[in-house]
Amino acid sequence: MSELENIAFKVRQHIIRMSTDGGCFVGASLSATDLIVYLYTSFLNINKDNLDDPDRDYLFLSKGHDVPALYGTFAEIGLMDPERLKNHLSVNDNIYWHPNTKIPGIEFHSGSLGHLPSVALGVAIDIKIRGGKNKVVCILGDGELNEGTCWEAVLVANAYKLDNLIFVIDRNQFQANMATEDLIPLEPLHDKFTAFGAAVKRIDGHSFDALNDAFSAYPFQEGKLNVIIADTVRGKGLPSISARADRWFCNFTHEEVESLLKELGGDTTTELTSETLVVR
Amino acid sequence: MSYEELLTELAVNDERYIVMTAENRALIRNLPAKLGKRFVDTGITEQTMVGAAAGLALRGRIPVLHALASFLSMRAFEFVRTDAGIPNLPVKLSAFIPGFLSDGNGATHQAIEDVSIMRGIPNVTVFAAADEQDLVGMIETIWNSPNPAYLRINTRKTDYQHTPFEIGKAEVISEGTDVTILTYGLLFEQALIATQILKDQGLSVGLLNMRSLKPVDEQAILKVAGSSKLLVTLEDHFNTGGLYSIVAETLLKHGATAKVMPYGLDKWFKPALLPDVLAYEGFTGKQIAEKILGHTTNAVQPTIATPEFAE
Repeated sequence: MSELENIAFKVRQHIIRMSTDGGCFVGASLSATDLIVYLYTSFLNINKDNLDDPDRDYLFLSKGHDVPALYGTFAEIGLMDPERLKNHLSVNDNIYWHPNTKIPGIEFHSGSLGHLPSVALGVAIDIKIRGGKNKVVCILGDGELNEGTCWEAVLVANAYKLDNLIFVIDRNQFQANMATEDLIPLEPLHDKFTAFGAAVKRIDGHSFDALNDAFSAYPFQEGKLNVIIADTVRGKGLPSISARADRWFCNFTHEEVESLLKELGGDTTTELTSETLVVR
Repeated sequence: MSYEELLTELAVNDERYIVMTAENRALIRNLPAKLGKRFVDTGITEQTMVGAAAGLALRGRIPVLHALASFLSMRAFEFVRTDAGIPNLPVKLSAFIPGFLSDGNGATHQAIEDVSIMRGIPNVTVFAAADEQDLVGMIETIWNSPNPAYLRINTRKTDYQHTPFEIGKAEVISEGTDVTILTYGLLFEQALIATQILKDQGLSVGLLNMRSLKPVDEQAILKVAGSSKLLVTLEDHFNTGGLYSIVAETLLKHGATAKVMPYGLDKWFKPALLPDVLAYEGFTGKQIAEKILGHTTNAVQPTIATPEFAE
């Protein structure tokens, strides 16, 4: 296991441990894990000492409900005490289902879809005005692309030639209740972004080599918004919940969590009860 | 001095300012050449403009946003609430053609619930200018405050010389024991006329310019509630949630009581040119005075200027 794979494995363990006693959006968190781990370890200039530095890079987690992957990553790279993850959903802390700025390292709260592409846009415009070199990454869900504001932001980013802005699409093929292509079809997604003026790459979002190849090419093209469509699997790492429309929000029993942790290690496949799968 | 001249002066000399618009340039036609990259037109994207403004504010900027009041307050509402209100960022909304000022545009463009919904967002402050001089006198204070701000733009000219603006303070135009008119924005013009007609009829008449709607001047409201037999809340806004509600909430909060006549709208108004709208809907100074009196007079209603903008 490579170093990044090892970190991602630990992050997925954190996510699974957060999917009980109230639960979380475990499938979407697992699909975004490798993206987030790669970005914080290998691409973004963000660390505990530069969180207030205007020259730092920015990451905006627009899909929001995948925040367990972000907190798990924070715990593994020294931005957060791993013990704090045990406070998930505690009224005495601020670790809940969507990101908020009371957690150091969170740039902006999210949860209402289609907001952070425009917030990231504003940050990117300002960096351009000031002649800064920082990079601005915004992670979007594929279902989130239903929101018209995502496309407004792409149009405006094109108009302002924001080659310092990177939209990463966690293309896990599902929105809350169903496959994206069964509800509001997105394909051909690459062509849509290209037609809107972006420079687009489509890659395997679980391959650190592919992620490295894509992000190493930043900026993809002078004056163009960078878009990475990362093909991912909802529930990646857990065959018992992977790529299933009915595995959205999960609140597992403690026994199931132990079994899922073993499943993540490849030991077994978990028998899940229907009561632990909550539709929201 | 005009809105555009003062905005230009402030923005040219202060790098924090970013002038934004969702392709509504009526008030800021000369700004692109003056500000270069600090002028940002996002096109017809009110939601994205507000979100981007939050991003700019995160970076220490003071974004001043221009769009029609209707779309800024309603189409972008959740962006104002979620991206500017929750984090309390200094996003400054310049809401164009609010209330009756949308004259002939029709109901889509009628922002007559904007005060209600904007003041309902924690951290967001709400202001309305009585005329151009009032507007120019308040913007620097509003833009220098740390909060998001919603400002009803009004560039019409009156002869009234306003006193210096303070956030949270009403402007006392006159004091009276029979009736006090509380108003804001465009209708200040007609309230001046109504006040004069009422005085000519022998009444003791007060007039308050409620230019700071949130925070509101509670002491000013309580004072006139105690000293005047009748309060009239005059507004080009639905009676629900606007100044009538603000006055009612204030009285209830302080255990005070007063006789209050709501003088606002209960439905969308008839689209037409502004002078005709005011006459049709019963909002000319003479009509206001006569409704308060309960009888007609031989007063003459001065001509009402048509708006400078017809967007």
